[in-house]
Amino acid sequence: MKKSINIAIALVMAAGMVSCNDSGKQNGKKGSQGGLSTNAAERVYVAPGEHDEYYGFFSGGYTGNLTVYGLPSGRMLKEIPVFSQFPTNGYGYTEETTPMLNTSFGFVPWDDSHHPDISQTNGELDGRWIFINGNNTPRIARIGLESFKTEEIIEIPNSAGNHSSSFITENTEYVVAGTRFSVPVPQRDMSINEYKGQFKGALTFINVDQETGRMGIKFQLMMPGFNYDLSHPGRDKSHGWFFFTTYNTEEAHTLLEVNASQNDKDFIAAVNWKKIEEYVNNGGGKKVPANYAHNIMDENTHTATSTMIKEVLTVDPLDVPGAVYFLPTPKSPHGCDVDPTGEYIIGNGKLSADLTVHSFTKMIDAIENKKFDGEAYGIPILNFEDILAGVVKQPGLGPLHTEFDNKGNAYTTFFISSEVVKWKVGTWEVLDRQPVFYSVGHGMIPGGNSRKPFGDYFVAMNKITKDRYLPTGPEMEHSAQLFDINGDKMELLLDFPTHGEPHYAAGIPAEIVAPKSKKIYKLADNKHPYASLSNSDVRVERNGKEVHVYMNMIRSHFNPDNIEGIKVGDKVYFHVTNLEQDFDVPHGFAVIGANTAELLVMPGATETLTWEPKKVGVWPIYCTDFCSALHQEMQGYVRVSPADSDIELSWSLGED
Amino acid sequence: MKKAGLIMIIGSLLLLGLFKFPLWNIMLGAPQYPDPLGMNIYIQGIEGVEEFDIQNIDGLNHYIGMKTIPKAEDMWEFSVFPKVVGGMVALGVIIGLLGFFGKVSYKWFLGWFILMSILGLLGMYDFNLWLIDYGTDLDPKAIMKLENLDGTPMTYKPPLLGYQKMLNFDVDSWPATGAYMIFTGMMLTVVAFFVGKYESKSN
Repeated sequence: MKKSINIAIALVMAAGMVSCNDSGKQNGKKGSQGGLSTNAAERVYVAPGEHDEYYGFFSGGYTGNLTVYGLPSGRMLKEIPVFSQFPTNGYGYTEETTPMLNTSFGFVPWDDSHHPDISQTNGELDGRWIFINGNNTPRIARIGLESFKTEEIIEIPNSAGNHSSSFITENTEYVVAGTRFSVPVPQRDMSINEYKGQFKGALTFINVDQETGRMGIKFQLMMPGFNYDLSHPGRDKSHGWFFFTTYNTEEAHTLLEVNASQNDKDFIAAVNWKKIEEYVNNGGGKKVPANYAHNIMDENTHTATSTMIKEVLTVDPLDVPGAVYFLPTPKSPHGCDVDPTGEYIIGNGKLSADLTVHSFTKMIDAIENKKFDGEAYGIPILNFEDILAGVVKQPGLGPLHTEFDNKGNAYTTFFISSEVVKWKVGTWEVLDRQPVFYSVGHGMIPGGNSRKPFGDYFVAMNKITKDRYLPTGPEMEHSAQLFDINGDKMELLLDFPTHGEPHYAAGIPAEIVAPKSKKIYKLADNKHPYASLSNSDVRVERNGKEVHVYMNMIRSHFNPDNIEGIKVGDKVYFHVTNLEQDFDVPHGFAVIGANTAELLVMPGATETLTWEPKKVGVWPIYCTDFCSALHQEMQGYVRVSPADSDIELSWSLGED
Repeated sequence: MKKAGLIMIIGSLLLLGLFKFPLWNIMLGAPQYPDPLGMNIYIQGIEGVEEFDIQNIDGLNHYIGMKTIPKAEDMWEFSVFPKVVGGMVALGVIIGLLGFFGKVSYKWFLGWFILMSILGLLGMYDFNLWLIDYGTDLDPKAIMKLENLDGTPMTYKPPLLGYQKMLNFDVDSWPATGAYMIFTGMMLTVVAFFVGKYESKSN
């Protein structure tokens, strides 16, 4: 019987794929005609020199980074390195930035970034910071939206597959990180088939300092060993709660595609974090040994530090009665989305044909009147019928995620039937459906997961690209599609390729962020211990085999640009300060044979490249960023002598 | 002559604006400088319109061998001008007060105006001499030595007044708030002269 159900699902999926391919061809053609007849081109055209209306921050997926796009043009503006080494500017290679990628596993140069979320005040986007999760080696990063730079990364202990992250509460009190894979806590050597009842799922609440943005783990809620897939905060009336979808409530540990798809309903875990916060503030919870990295980039020293933290506060949900409930939700729900009013909690049951919507008011009523339908590991399960607000009937196949506009509509993405469906919140009536090319994952409306969505555009982030662009071999970028959602029907305006594999994205009106964007770092604020802020600081110092070069650069020379007295076997640190205080005048620095990346130094900053010369000779250095008319002249030489040479260190600029 | 004396006092006091507002402004825009670099010329020294403009103008000027923009202590003008302006304000106020109490003739008002005009013209002349020196006394080892079509070395004197295209830069040189305040103040002293004349006649 079980087997036949699985075959049936497989057939449905296959049928979905086939039909979407057919409709793909038709609609592809129709789309191009539509563009001509509805002036779509004009509506996404941003004239030379003009700016986009919105910033779109797209997760980089397996790039581990965050990409910034302009909307509606779909132009990529920047890639911000977060969890991955980035040779383009030396992030993760320089002495200053390698601590950012430190973890309890040592230096981890890559991750899988999924869900960016912009800071909020009163449930509205405020544009101070954007947070994003590293999925593989559980981490949360904070990126400042003045510098568009990763300012902080905190590792999440007791977690694995940090997927139901990073979502923030409506005043940015917490950034929340839930584990997708439950694991033994503490980690230990045990048989995998003892999973059931033994593994734990940690839901981590990280508090955020409102002035500095600094993160710190407030508590970890140690939940039963399910898979915590996605999450969203309550907002407005449901502020103080957090909702997590689960799958694998079967607690299977092998062949999950079958074994975790058996229960008719999994759960949305509703967590009253205010109650737990109060419990913790009154001394509740248990401190347990841990080991996790907290990495902070100091903007004045331009240098990151990594601190290992040895303890974390855990909370057993059973110790805080009334803090956690399970809402039964059909068919392995994926996305967990809360509408702008905070009343409706949508479980996107990815193996279901229907969308289940829970009511927050009914949930509170069911809790107060104890309308329970059993319990799981001591956590009350609310009665499905009593909390159900409604069902969106047969909107499509494979619902994944839902976003909201400012007119009371919801937009759900369907992976299997490859479409976006617009429906009315409250009446559950399907209003419109548009095919996407192909197989959409997340969708994004700027502010679409806040109390104040900006309902101009919907961006579908598709998982399959196939024939949408000129072929580039087997490996391609992903494809996003921009819809205008101002009218009754969604209108497809634009396809644009996205870098890596964007999962979620976050959009914000440009006017909130653009005016605060930094142009330079002030030299006067540069507190880097190896900075050479003026020519009198320029020097070369030897300390055994270590050589420190205090170098600066300004259009169009290095000071010094001739160095002698370096020996094979030395470890040379080029500490390079960019003395420019002019917007968009970075200088690069590269040296032949360096087993690392270049430096790209912004005006007023100091960065360090490490070079271990292996060959005797005279070796060039040069500026890698076309900085000025005399850029090609921006070069120098370093003389490397044999290890036993007695040539003294010397350095110069402009001397014959 | 109460009214005329008051106008004379107000007119001379307007010169105090020079201690707060720039006298002249020179803006340099270029394709790569959509937000132009700029300098404000005060009687006490030269400042950038934005925090790092002077440094950035100097950085660009070094390519064509121009000297750096002088600091306040590098030019005698920046210590003398404030004294001259301060003295003229004091003199104007004293004349105005004496006029107010009928101790001096309205002709003194015109006398002050003529003296101020002469000093102003001398100031402009001196400023222009500095612009010429700044734009033509170039480092012989300059990175870029450009020539005019007729083969003479190119020079870079910014315009005293108005617009000029210089290499890739659009240079605009115009009076600023301080200059408008002196102009208004000086005009008021002329008004004071005529009002004084009228008041004297009607007495």
